[in-house]
Amino acid sequence: MLDCLELRNISKTFQDTNGETMAVKDFSYSFKKGKFVSIVGPSGCGKSTILSIIAGLEEQTSGVILLDNSKLSNRTCNIGYMLQKDYLLDWRTVYKNVLLGLEIKGMLTSDTQNYAQNLLSKYGLSEFKDKFPSQLSGGMRQRVALIRTLAINPDILLLDEAFSALDYQTRLVVTDDVYRIIKAEEKTTIMVTHDIPESISMSDEVIVLSKRPSVIKNVYNIEFDIPNRTPLTCRDNPSFSGYFDQIWHVLNSE
Amino acid sequence: MRNNRALSAREAYLRDLKRQKFLVVFTQIFLLVVLITAWEILANIGVIDSFITSKPSEIVSTFISLLSEGLFIHVGITCLETMIGFLLGTIVGTFIASLLWWSPFLSKVLSPYLVVLNSLPKVALGPIIIVWVGAGMPAIITMALAISLVVTILDMVNGFVDTDENKIKMVKSFGANKLQTFFKIVFPSNIPTLLNVLKVNIGLSMVGVITGEFLVSQNGLGYLIVYGGQVFQLDLVMTSVIILGIVATLMYHGVILFEKLISKSGKWQ
Repeated sequence: MLDCLELRNISKTFQDTNGETMAVKDFSYSFKKGKFVSIVGPSGCGKSTILSIIAGLEEQTSGVILLDNSKLSNRTCNIGYMLQKDYLLDWRTVYKNVLLGLEIKGMLTSDTQNYAQNLLSKYGLSEFKDKFPSQLSGGMRQRVALIRTLAINPDILLLDEAFSALDYQTRLVVTDDVYRIIKAEEKTTIMVTHDIPESISMSDEVIVLSKRPSVIKNVYNIEFDIPNRTPLTCRDNPSFSGYFDQIWHVLNSE
Repeated sequence: MRNNRALSAREAYLRDLKRQKFLVVFTQIFLLVVLITAWEILANIGVIDSFITSKPSEIVSTFISLLSEGLFIHVGITCLETMIGFLLGTIVGTFIASLLWWSPFLSKVLSPYLVVLNSLPKVALGPIIIVWVGAGMPAIITMALAISLVVTILDMVNGFVDTDENKIKMVKSFGANKLQTFFKIVFPSNIPTLLNVLKVNIGLSMVGVITGEFLVSQNGLGYLIVYGGQVFQLDLVMTSVIILGIVATLMYHGVILFEKLISKSGKWQ
């Protein structure tokens, strides 16, 4: 099992006909097991690129990713990636959608199917198992998308602005919901967002990035004096606005 | 009281809707009857020349005599050729489109050729096709294929390329390879594109078949039409055209029915 995911001097340059753009410059960080880490930064600063590199969707231009001190490859590590929208497939039932990752990874066994079934019933979706995504509400769809990601039993969970497509009310409820599930499943999570309150309310650590090419400006350890914190209780805590002010100022200072 | 009023408003709305629908169907039938009657009467009193225009009663008697002279063989052959051309065009076209999606290089290389082929009136290929595959059914099917193939390739490849990038990203994050991406996302996302292509293709493939039959055949509705024209039997031409219209409509509705079945089974909207 993994204890630590370390990114060492990761840089990424994109090439196109207009020239090259450096999206990420010398990004180094170690993500500890079971922690929820957020990456915030101005839009277009390359924060999503970092997730894409961890997920293996993009190749870094330089630098290494180490998993418990050995080089990361897709075979040794299961990574779950959640995007802005749920991207559930309309032509598959909820259950079939949840199994998609397992099918692709060739991990479809009776054990993994049971695991997926358990996740569905644990998080109140078993009665919607044979429904189609179009019959679900936005919040429920996002929950199905999370379970689809969790079904492959990932070591690391990546959330790429995963709640930004939802309206504010739904968003508060869904973040609370997703947070509980992630904590219950004890997943190491890296979330990219431009929403400061969201990052504070969910994270143990918040990384603030600069404009492109992004370098780390500051890292905050978020600690609340609340037993069993949830995003909603954190938002009500007096220390919340303190964190907000600090991050806001760093984010907006040149 | 309030409930009652709401209900009657609802009833009035539904009644209006029904009346509208009836009015449309009634006018449609009325128009048809008037046209046929006027045609018959004008031909009988000699305002129009039934030698050139034929007339409904002649068409009916031609139809009856055709029934005993192998009308069903002609209709059957045209249908068979259309179906083969239609299926081949759709299957081969979709297959080539998936190759072009697979290899952007191939797609870029072939793109100007496809544009030329798409603009070219395929009927002009008739003589070449006859020389190459011989006169007869193969030539007719090739004609139908030629007309529907390029459109299928272009429509399908556009659909494939326009597949939601984020859905592809989603499966790639699970480590999907290109084959899996195609079969799990790209192809199923484009079932609606395919259904549209089917609707266009059934018409195009019939154009191909009739053109082919004009050129080479001894059988089929296209042959009857062209033969009737050559021997100046407008009764035969008109009858065949009307039968062709009915057959084409039935085939189109067959495709619509198929589309409905697919949409129902897979929630494609």
